[in-house]
Amino acid sequence: MTPRARRGVNVLMSWLAALAAGLVVLPLLMIFAFLLWQGASAVNLDFFTHLPKPVGEVGGGMANAIVGTLMLLALAAVLGLPVGILGGLYLAESRDRRLPWLARFLADVLNGVPSIVIGIFAYSVIVLPMRRFSALAGAFALAVIMLPIVVRTSEELVRLVPASLREAALALGIPQWKVLLRVVLPTARAGIITGVMVAIARVAGETAPLLFTAFGNRFWHQGLDQPIAALPLQIFAYAIAPYDDWHRQAWAGALVLIGLVFVVSFAARLATSGRFTGVR
Amino acid sequence: MADGIVVRDLNAWFGNAHVLHGIGVTIAPKAVTAVIGPSGCGKSTFIRCLNRMHEVVPGARVTGSVRVEGLDVYAPGIDPVQVRRKIGMVFQKPNPFPTMSVFDNVVAGLRLGGVRERSVIDEAAERALRQAALWDEVKDQLGKSGVSLSGGQQQRVCIARALAVEPEVLLMDEPCSALDPIATAKIEELILELRSTLTIVIVTHNMQQAARVSESTGFFLLGELVEFDVTRQLFTNPRDKRTEDYITGRFG
Amino acid sequence: MAVVAAVPRVEAQAAPRNLGDQVLRLVLRAAALTLVLLVLAMVVSMVRASWPAMRAFGWRFLATSTWDPVAEQFGAIPFVYGTLLSSLLALLIAVPLGIGAAIYLAELAPAWIRPPIAFLVELVAAVPSVIYGLWGIFVLAPLLRVWVQPALGKTLGFLPLFQGPPYGVGMLAAGIILAIMVVPYITAVSREVLLAVPTSQREAALALGATRWETTRIAVLRYGRSGLVGAILLGLGRALGETMAVTMVIGNRPEVAVSLFAPGYTMASVVANEFAEATSDLYLAALIEIGLLLFVVTVIVNALARLLVWSVGGPVKAVRE
Ligand SMILES: Nc1ncnc2c1ncn2[C@@H]1O[C@H](COP(=O)(O)OP(=O)(O)OP(=O)(O)O)[C@@H](O)[C@H]1O
Ligand SMILES: [Mg+2]
Repeated sequence: MTPRARRGVNVLMSWLAALAAGLVVLPLLMIFAFLLWQGASAVNLDFFTHLPKPVGEVGGGMANAIVGTLMLLALAAVLGLPVGILGGLYLAESRDRRLPWLARFLADVLNGVPSIVIGIFAYSVIVLPMRRFSALAGAFALAVIMLPIVVRTSEELVRLVPASLREAALALGIPQWKVLLRVVLPTARAGIITGVMVAIARVAGETAPLLFTAFGNRFWHQGLDQPIAALPLQIFAYAIAPYDDWHRQAWAGALVLIGLVFVVSFAARLATSGRFTGVR
Repeated sequence: MADGIVVRDLNAWFGNAHVLHGIGVTIAPKAVTAVIGPSGCGKSTFIRCLNRMHEVVPGARVTGSVRVEGLDVYAPGIDPVQVRRKIGMVFQKPNPFPTMSVFDNVVAGLRLGGVRERSVIDEAAERALRQAALWDEVKDQLGKSGVSLSGGQQQRVCIARALAVEPEVLLMDEPCSALDPIATAKIEELILELRSTLTIVIVTHNMQQAARVSESTGFFLLGELVEFDVTRQLFTNPRDKRTEDYITGRFG
Repeated sequence: MAVVAAVPRVEAQAAPRNLGDQVLRLVLRAAALTLVLLVLAMVVSMVRASWPAMRAFGWRFLATSTWDPVAEQFGAIPFVYGTLLSSLLALLIAVPLGIGAAIYLAELAPAWIRPPIAFLVELVAAVPSVIYGLWGIFVLAPLLRVWVQPALGKTLGFLPLFQGPPYGVGMLAAGIILAIMVVPYITAVSREVLLAVPTSQREAALALGATRWETTRIAVLRYGRSGLVGAILLGLGRALGETMAVTMVIGNRPEVAVSLFAPGYTMASVVANEFAEATSDLYLAALIEIGLLLFVVTVIVNALARLLVWSVGGPVKAVRE
């Protein structure tokens, strides 16, 4: 090939690669445009403060679903974060022989398990014994999905804490457990918070594992052992229903949901860029 | 009871690598002892064996005995935590805790050791910072992050942090190697002031430094203690050929 | 100075003596064990719950294509077929795009444009599945029905793949929506793999007078090959288990049809659709067996993928997804 031809190929391939990158992000822009176009008009005060209206009546909102999603996320965080963060600390610090390897491998396996399968699991260990759908079962499913993400990011960030800090603390005659909890963990904190937010953003939009655990509810929740509404479930139910007004509400719900997910993702990003001073 | 530090037949390994061979030495109390030798000869390993920091490295192992101010460091039933309370350590690179303020750094050992009384903590902080010749420089910025200070100041924060728990021994592993000459001079001054109250062991690459601050010096080579003597003696009239080669720069 | 009389030889161990250390060690170990037990419990509970179906149908479950809850006849073929076909279709679209985008982001793009695009790719992955489904129903499916499918039928209609009435929803829609959803994973992991290729490889090629693209082709892509295969497998793992969006656009009919225009069904979507209303124990067991099958397949695909990605970058760093 002549040098000219080679340069030509180089330019061509650069453009093709750029085109591919463009096509990857294009759907995002299309979806966002559609959400705004279809959903913005239905996002009003009623949407945030009212319960869904019965079929045939126009109006109403998804207040119960918004509250439900927030409750499910909070409960999932309560269930999943302690195990996840401590598990990550274990993976980073333990000198045991086999368990760290196994746990790390299973965390990665669990991360790849489809969320619907985790829904089945939550159904068989919580819904079946309790004999009813419940917020607890839904939160448990979400917690299981969060777990591997939290474990692996915590591990990574605890590993980033310089050994010199541990040594400084140990040399002061501070017992190992205090070194971990009071020096190592706080140093990794900003990063771990990011990991936690990424995990929350990821499960906030999960629908499949809630279908037969949290189940959904057209009213306010009546306790953690009762079915509870969730934004993704509501969007799904309204999307496949044959009513125009419901479709509009589904778009509005989607807009709110995506807003929630993006805000948490952005916050996560800010947390890493700003607060990492000191840890290199 | 033997005061100072008494080391007998000390051996240390990293995994299978045998890096200290039968070290025996008696280090005088309330004096400064320097440890010199070429890179990789085991200086750091040696002083880390004195406060049981060596075993922190995975796969590391120690045999032999160390007595520090009467405490048998490796006796069964001795908690390394208890040993390290008695013995402060300062590292090559300043390593203040990045999530803590200057003040919190200095009193970290006390706080994490369970001391709660505000007055005790405040007093200890001021005393340690004064001892470290840092009080006047930082007394108005005690709330600032420990990593926002200059390198020399950070290292003195680390020294203050070690002093705040009132150790009987201070181990320093090349404490000046990351600092400029002015900061180095400050720390040397500090060492000279502290020696009346503490037993100090300092590892250094800088022979002038050893000559300036120490009473006795030990020369390590390939994991062995080749020679240990009064500093002036060792530098002016070494008994071992290898020591002479090293201090006259004819080594390697 | 007193002489040290007896010199004891003591081996120091790092075993914790102090109560706090022991407690913390137990707590941390318990957390890790919880994770292990969770996965174990998952397998055990699903095997147990699907046992009635396994006993009733044995291997026939995987070899028959009747799905008739009323007659209690259950065969998984339509779902396995639908899952494989839709995932394959998705990869066909997503692999060239994803790897192309990764090459752009890691090798060819101007430095200033890389972070914002990488962030947008992250956002594509962050959009919830149900929103893709919503978009699929109301935008993609009509688009396919009115424009794409008639055009394909006219030009390529001699192929059995493109025959039949244009419904919009169906296998084609599922494949496209899946492609959109998995492509950010493939892009992100491929990019990590490419970035893990040592700079010395690039410099060697550049020093020979290669252009950027030639460098990418002969040094970077070849070096990172197994990692890229891993990235594709990770995408496949996602596609196999993706549920909501597919359920909303695939048409949900348990049939084995050659045409991409025809409706189909996947393993994940049959569970999503029928689980809550499965009335008999055998029906439920059959659905759980499908879930178990999906679990096993995705675990195998993911395990393979990890090993391949690790072979380039090393195992310590978690794969960013
Ligand atoms: N973490 C470790 N794992 C394995 N071997 C090590 C480790 N740290 C040090 N060593 C080895 O032990 C020997 C002694 O190391 P040590 O750090 O004590 O030397 P040093 O005299 O302090 O050197 P320097 O002047 O460079 O600090 C060296 O041969 C070194 O390679
Ligand atoms: Mg050293």
